[in-house]
Amino acid sequence: MSLSGKTAVAGVYEHPTRFAPDKSLFQIMGESVRGALDDAGLTIKDVDGVCTAGIGMTGMGIISFCDYLNLTPNFVDSTSIGGSSFVAHTAHAAAAIHAGLCDVCVVVYGSTASSSRFAVGTGGFGTMGGDPCDQYEGPFGPTTVGAYAMIAQRHMHDYGTTPEQLAEVAVTMRMHASMNPAAKYRDPITVEDVLASRIISSPLHLLDCCIISDGGGALVITSAERARDLKKKPVYILGAGETVRHAARGQRDFLEIAAAQSGRLAFERAGVTHKDIDFAMIYDSFTITVIATLENLGFCKRGEGGAFVSGGRLRYDGDFPINTDGGGLSSNHPGMRGIFLVIEAAKQLRGECGPRQVKDCKIALAHGTGGALGLRHSGATLILGNQ
Amino acid sequence: MAENKPAKYSKPLPHLDEENRPWWEALQRHELYIQKCRDCGDVRYYPRAMCTNCLSPRTEWVKCSGRGKVYTFTATYQNNVPGFRESLPYIMAYVELDEGVKMLTNLVDCQPDQVRIDMPVEVVYEDVTPEVTLAKFRPAR
Repeated sequence: MSLSGKTAVAGVYEHPTRFAPDKSLFQIMGESVRGALDDAGLTIKDVDGVCTAGIGMTGMGIISFCDYLNLTPNFVDSTSIGGSSFVAHTAHAAAAIHAGLCDVCVVVYGSTASSSRFAVGTGGFGTMGGDPCDQYEGPFGPTTVGAYAMIAQRHMHDYGTTPEQLAEVAVTMRMHASMNPAAKYRDPITVEDVLASRIISSPLHLLDCCIISDGGGALVITSAERARDLKKKPVYILGAGETVRHAARGQRDFLEIAAAQSGRLAFERAGVTHKDIDFAMIYDSFTITVIATLENLGFCKRGEGGAFVSGGRLRYDGDFPINTDGGGLSSNHPGMRGIFLVIEAAKQLRGECGPRQVKDCKIALAHGTGGALGLRHSGATLILGNQ
Repeated sequence: MAENKPAKYSKPLPHLDEENRPWWEALQRHELYIQKCRDCGDVRYYPRAMCTNCLSPRTEWVKCSGRGKVYTFTATYQNNVPGFRESLPYIMAYVELDEGVKMLTNLVDCQPDQVRIDMPVEVVYEDVTPEVTLAKFRPAR
């Protein structure tokens, strides 16, 4: 039985803050829920499902958040798989609503990564935990940037991908950010600027890396039937997929990432093909993340990602527009940014993006990546449509 | 004459437990092992109590030659973790051992601009504490 079109995103809200030393994490989350409910034309009394996860929350933080807003939901999901969590939550909420477990589910994220000076990319990865794999990695100095850098290095070696091609992704995201009044960095940059920025972990420069900001956002998910009677045009959930990739007992092909599997599932379940996609939100933790994800989702062949992202193709007015909000490379990256992928995709499908609106946007894809491509990571893909 | 005492090792250390201790004890003896399933023959790294192919608990330890080649690498210039913060830049790499598994490690005795993918490397053992020895790699001689 297909879930396609049975549920919808009825409300979205992106918190405008990029730096909020005056607000708590739960305040940002609460304000985001309020914003998304206002957008949908619903109230807190309608909410009977909650999904959240976060870098500033404990494993049971979802209970504390329900306490903060005095919510007593019938469905909760705190799946914590890194930045892709909220893309996965959207699918879980849709399944729960379709199965009758709840009627109106909020997906919410908030973080004060910037004001609390959390070193998202260079604070180590897998060095803090007690998981078996950490014991074999932590001693050698893995960071999030370093783990992605090893993917970039291998991609360049195998396919001749150039630093200039990686830089083009950052340049396009900054161009989009210049059209988003809320984006943290809005001054245009050039390929030369990216290449002249300092190396964080070779071959990745500072401007190949996502920014660090505060921020938050929320989504309201409900049945398609109920969404049709609400304030905004429904954005239907057509298909979704999720999975993880890791070292595969030492035998992994590191250029095959989670997106290969989650994307295939999402396309099959949505019943659409690559050429139906008018717009995509592709998690841009690093410039290489975008190239590897586009290849693994099947928008181009493996090794062709560098050429695919070149020549302005990713621009809002190009043949394959992505990340019109400015992405994690320029707009916001409060530790995990999966929720913003769904928010911007929904706004594009509702035609609310003003100067950065993609023409004739009917079907959009959002792909979240969580964790670190070169160590272990998750991928979650969501396909949305406005008809 | 003052004793030339090495500075205390401040990088993250592994937690040894009953499952991983044989591997770390072998490194203390300057021996590197991977595991092979006695039932289906699948090889694996890192060590664990069961085969990921057939879940068999019957494990053979295979002694490695200590030789391999660089699968991929990065030179890290920023890491805020104590210990690494003081030793930048350092080279992290996946080395593909001749026995067929990739392991995360550091490359030593070379500069970032000397490293190439597929470059042959050989193991060196770094005794960092009385309990812990790390397997790192240098360009093969």
